[in-house]
Amino acid sequence: MRNISIQRSSRINRTIAYLFVTTFFVLSLLVGVSIGTLHIPISSILDVFSHALFQTELSEKTEPMMMNIVLDIRLPRVLLAGLVGASLALAGAAFQGLLQNPLADPYTLGISSGASLGAVFVLFFGIQLPIFGFMTLPLISILTGFLTILSVIIFSRFVERSMKMETIILTGIIMSSFLGSIISLMIALTGEELRQIINWLLGSVSMRGWEYISLFLPFFIVGTLMLLLQGNELNALSFGEEKAHYLGVDVRRKKLSILIAASILTGAAVAVSGTIGFVGLVIPHLNRLIWGPDHRDLLPLSLIFGAGFLILADLVARTIISPTELPIGVITALIGAPIFAFILVRQRIERRG
Amino acid sequence: MLKVENVSAGYQDVSIIENISFQVKEGELFGILGPNGSGKTTLLKVISGVIPRSEGTIILDNKPLSSYSPKRLAQKVAVLPQMTTHAFDYTVKETVSLGRYPFQKGLFKQWTNQDEEIVQEIMKQTSISHLANKSLHEISGGEKQRVFLAQALAQQPKLLLLDEPTNHLDISHQKNLLDTLKWWSKSCGLTVVSIFHDLNLASLYCDRILLLSNGKVKALDQPNHVVEEEVIKQVYEATIKKQPHPELPRPQVMLSPSEQKEEFLIRKEDINVTKEIISLSTNVPLKTLSSAVIGAGFGWYKTFVNRHVSKDYHCDDVEKEMTQFLIDHQFHPKETVGMMTAAKLEDVAIEEIKEDKLSIVVVVTAGVSNAVDASKSYAHELHFHAGTINTWIFINGSLTDEAYIQAIMTATEAKTKAMHDEKIMDKVTKTIATGTSTDSILVAATQHGENIPYAGTITKLGKMIAKGVYECTIEAIQTYKKRWDIHD
Repeated sequence: MRNISIQRSSRINRTIAYLFVTTFFVLSLLVGVSIGTLHIPISSILDVFSHALFQTELSEKTEPMMMNIVLDIRLPRVLLAGLVGASLALAGAAFQGLLQNPLADPYTLGISSGASLGAVFVLFFGIQLPIFGFMTLPLISILTGFLTILSVIIFSRFVERSMKMETIILTGIIMSSFLGSIISLMIALTGEELRQIINWLLGSVSMRGWEYISLFLPFFIVGTLMLLLQGNELNALSFGEEKAHYLGVDVRRKKLSILIAASILTGAAVAVSGTIGFVGLVIPHLNRLIWGPDHRDLLPLSLIFGAGFLILADLVARTIISPTELPIGVITALIGAPIFAFILVRQRIERRG
Repeated sequence: MLKVENVSAGYQDVSIIENISFQVKEGELFGILGPNGSGKTTLLKVISGVIPRSEGTIILDNKPLSSYSPKRLAQKVAVLPQMTTHAFDYTVKETVSLGRYPFQKGLFKQWTNQDEEIVQEIMKQTSISHLANKSLHEISGGEKQRVFLAQALAQQPKLLLLDEPTNHLDISHQKNLLDTLKWWSKSCGLTVVSIFHDLNLASLYCDRILLLSNGKVKALDQPNHVVEEEVIKQVYEATIKKQPHPELPRPQVMLSPSEQKEEFLIRKEDINVTKEIISLSTNVPLKTLSSAVIGAGFGWYKTFVNRHVSKDYHCDDVEKEMTQFLIDHQFHPKETVGMMTAAKLEDVAIEEIKEDKLSIVVVVTAGVSNAVDASKSYAHELHFHAGTINTWIFINGSLTDEAYIQAIMTATEAKTKAMHDEKIMDKVTKTIATGTSTDSILVAATQHGENIPYAGTITKLGKMIAKGVYECTIEAIQTYKKRWDIHD
């Protein structure tokens, strides 16, 4: 506690914060594209980028094959990982502020499971809604995710009006297990391609390609914009809904729009990459620890940092026991679960002290 | 400023407050009192717009409450709850700055220089500027409440609503917070409506008090009219005693716990006489009114000391010397009433008088060398002598304040009559004296047993006191005369 408060009292100014996370993101991106079965030097990557963006001449060192690997395989994968990481981290930060609960995260709240259930449903019954076409998958994911968070909140309020931190998390976990078993049931009943499904459930951004990015991007933009503009409101809401009301926040409307935006981000992320846990928990927490809890900065910082983080996690997942790929959710859970435990203990101690 | 008319509200079918009407003027400090569950918090939440009302109207600044948007309302009304939870570690400055939320416009909510100035100014006024960069976890409960007060004030409200703002604070922080509120209401015209838990704090600070009972208005007036023993007893179902504040024209109440008082009687034999000290020690404190050196005024005391000093006793700080004397003789100065006299203590006159269940013990020591005729006392120069007629009256009964004062009047009259009958002369004026220049008196009662409302000369107790004091004084003076061989 002590060293944290020392850091806090000399809170590093915002420019450094943004500079730091942006550098982190750019480096992760370059490293993510560079490392793989075939090593591509960073100079070549920059070369390819400049060629693709500004039609400059490729230098002699850059082989045409590298260009294909960078543009068609590595870049979409890294970008997708970045977008998913950004979405989950941002959604996590928003949920934590809204529920005044540092343990909240799309995964612990059960939204990821809800969105997965929707996605599995769409995938296995091959449903396509007439108008939405290939957008059906993310839309259903978002919808089931949103319904899940609503029922979690309603249920925990029913259990206990004050909605203690533990009650919400417990409800989220109950909801997760319940929805998880329905997914298992569906898989057992269809009995097909078990390994592939489980891999998807554990989360992965491999073999997705550009079409997934174009599928994801509109939701990402809408959700991100909706949340980034709510920094002040989240600051007020993090002192409790009643206090937010006294400060002049239109609580009902703002709460609903924050929940919808965070569900859009989570649902869309789950639709393209499966359930990836703990990103939404760890990243906002880390950022809050270093830069402070002001949501006007916390939200964008978490967004950029989350992108870099998931790119690195994906890099570890695909290289650590190469050529076999680990699901990315395994890596994030391995890092996230202990941090979750740490936050829980710290909160307890603070409350006691 | 605020007009509440026939307002009712509640949850589902149960109405918590019914038909409440009142008005609050600008700059007024208005208190809401009532027992737990009387609807105080509900009323406050209805005014702040968190709970909808089922009936009635609320007019704020000449416009109905419902016509305000959330932001507009927050520019007019700020609320300080009992306690504000905070999940995250904001700094004090960030927390106060949130009070500017209702004034920030546009998509990106620019922080203007004016916002910054207001926040700085308010942090200065609530004396939290030095905490600006501390996090909320690092500061104490009292400081935290000041921070949230600053946050509310940063909204530049016309009306500030508070829900038992001092509930979790120690007395210095309570005083500090309420003084700040008083200052804001008097010098800046801020209207304050606050729920109070503590009757005494409310009577000290409020201009007017609304007393709620079961969701209805029980009383609405100045503190002195609302805080009445009967009304409070009805509403709170608790026995209290009302008393004026020692320094301010404000009522204060004292709780009377329903404890069993120990039965005991003061007897003549309990008075302990030696050459140096006459003393009485009791197991239970007695309510005492006295003009003694130590323990004067009203108080509760367990030991009573009359000490012999030589005729030429002189001391600059009598109180300090007496305190030291008591300590040296194993008496607790905080539990003791201490007098002194130059008279011989062996010459004391003690009498016990009984009638039915009532009994009193009178103790008089007398020396009349400095006897004075009060009607001609202007002829005397101011000169200190050690007290010469010390009168103690112990009463096994329960007295009102009036009875205490009447007891003293009665005793004094009896003493004067004794002086007269013994023909004690004022040496300066050559007339019959009425007392001596440094007489002291003490009336102490057990405060259980018979209730005695009055002690004037012809009341039951008055007769006993008059008889006891007269006889004892006569006896003591006669012994004095014999010792010094004085003849009429």
